[in-house]
Amino acid sequence: MLTIQHLSKTYPGGTHALEAVDLTVGAGEIVAIVGGSGCGKSTLLRIVAGLDRPSAGRVSIDGRVVSEPDPAIGIVFQEPRLFPWLTVAQNVGFGLAHLPRAERDARVAEALARVGLSDKAHVWPRQLSGGQAQRVAIARALVARPEVLLLDEPFSALDAFTRLDLQRHLLQIWAAVSPRPTLVIVTHDVDEAILLADRVIVMQPEPGRIAQEMPVDLPRPRDRAAPAFEAQRRQIMSALDRTLPGLSVLSA
Amino acid sequence: MVELSSASTRTRPARPALTALWPLAGLILPLGLALAWEAVVALGWNSGRLLPPPSVILATLTDLAARGDLAHHAQATLTRVVLGFGAGVVAGTVLGALTGYARGLARLLDPTLQALRAIPSIAWVPLFILWFGIFEAPKVALIAVGVFFPVYLGVMEAIRGVDRKIVEVGRVFRLSGVAMVRRILLPAVLPAYVTALRSGLGLGWMFVVAAEFMGASAGLGYLLIDGQQLGKPAQIVAAIIAFAVLGKLTDSLLALAAAPFLRWEDSFASSPRSSE
Repeated sequence: MLTIQHLSKTYPGGTHALEAVDLTVGAGEIVAIVGGSGCGKSTLLRIVAGLDRPSAGRVSIDGRVVSEPDPAIGIVFQEPRLFPWLTVAQNVGFGLAHLPRAERDARVAEALARVGLSDKAHVWPRQLSGGQAQRVAIARALVARPEVLLLDEPFSALDAFTRLDLQRHLLQIWAAVSPRPTLVIVTHDVDEAILLADRVIVMQPEPGRIAQEMPVDLPRPRDRAAPAFEAQRRQIMSALDRTLPGLSVLSA
Repeated sequence: MVELSSASTRTRPARPALTALWPLAGLILPLGLALAWEAVVALGWNSGRLLPPPSVILATLTDLAARGDLAHHAQATLTRVVLGFGAGVVAGTVLGALTGYARGLARLLDPTLQALRAIPSIAWVPLFILWFGIFEAPKVALIAVGVFFPVYLGVMEAIRGVDRKIVEVGRVFRLSGVAMVRRILLPAVLPAYVTALRSGLGLGWMFVVAAEFMGASAGLGYLLIDGQQLGKPAQIVAAIIAFAVLGKLTDSLLALAAAPFLRWEDSFASSPRSSE
């Protein structure tokens, strides 16, 4: 279980990126965090990943406080961030240097098979398409078997069809891994949030905080065209609208 | 590895038969000019006294080689370049790594080094002669100075230019400082480092000529001066050709030595080798 308690972040310049964020994510749960720019959603993710330090509050996994990068937490960034001098298989095995070679190779092969790129094992990253590269990044994060996988706008740089494909793919992977990893996905794509998440967290800026939490009670696989999906979309959209600073000025 | 080579054939720009002939295209111009000059002199349109025709230059080269002079002078020059290059590379790499890695050290050292860089390197010659005498030491020192700056700048900028986002992946995987250098920084800077070494080597060859003009009793630069003073243009051109061959050869060796580490940089060139 991932527990975020009273997390705040103020940058040296005085920017109030996060203000007292509390969030608990159960094991195997998928949570999507949506919000406009400057709402602190990426900052939140980076603190959970141990890449930034909070000004106050703490992050813990199963009661263990996490303050720096932790083997139990994996992260996939917006860009694949593959090492161009390593082959796909070497990239996936990057974090497994401590394992004996045979075991490492087996786990890399398994992870590549899981993301459907077994045939690309010995290819250089530059020979991959954007979607393939991002799948390698997912494999690299999953091969370490983290309890929590953080995804920071993982599909936003991809074209619409590839994005749909990878969203479906991510769910398949999540369902196939046991025990199921906890996924925390930061996105600005409301459809993506509804399609993937058990719960959608809407954040608002200045200072960055949680505005609203909404469970998504739709059976999987979810149909984007279903009326229930549309209803959920409308609900989240209006929650997002209420977070826009411009509107409060208008209504004042 | 079958997938790899098939992926590269798909992206190869031209038909293999044509691509194979491409390197030879560069020979057309120099060979054509040489033949034309040979004909001009043979037909008596020019005496070829100031610029001897290729056949005379070739005869001079074979003559120099037969007497063992060519090997003797080439070896003297090559030794100077290798020593100066080695010293310049070591100093440039160490200082470039320090200033590239530590901002504080860069503030401390870089302004001085940049100021020194602004001095035309040949201007050091009188001082080097006073300090090191007139034999090998000042020549090697001058070459080292010439090699130092491109290597220093290349290393410093390569380290500064390493993608912060990729370094962050190293943090996610909790790499130690040493592992971060070995597994991320070194491979990331390697392409720029090889480029810096190659331009350093180029400058090394440039400065060895200047160094040998300072006064040398052996070396290809000595052959140049000797040819000028005794009015032997064929010897000058022969020495120039020797410089060209040696310069190209050492550069190719450097590139060849680095190639296995840079295969990822160009997947077209590397794919045939990776399917061994």
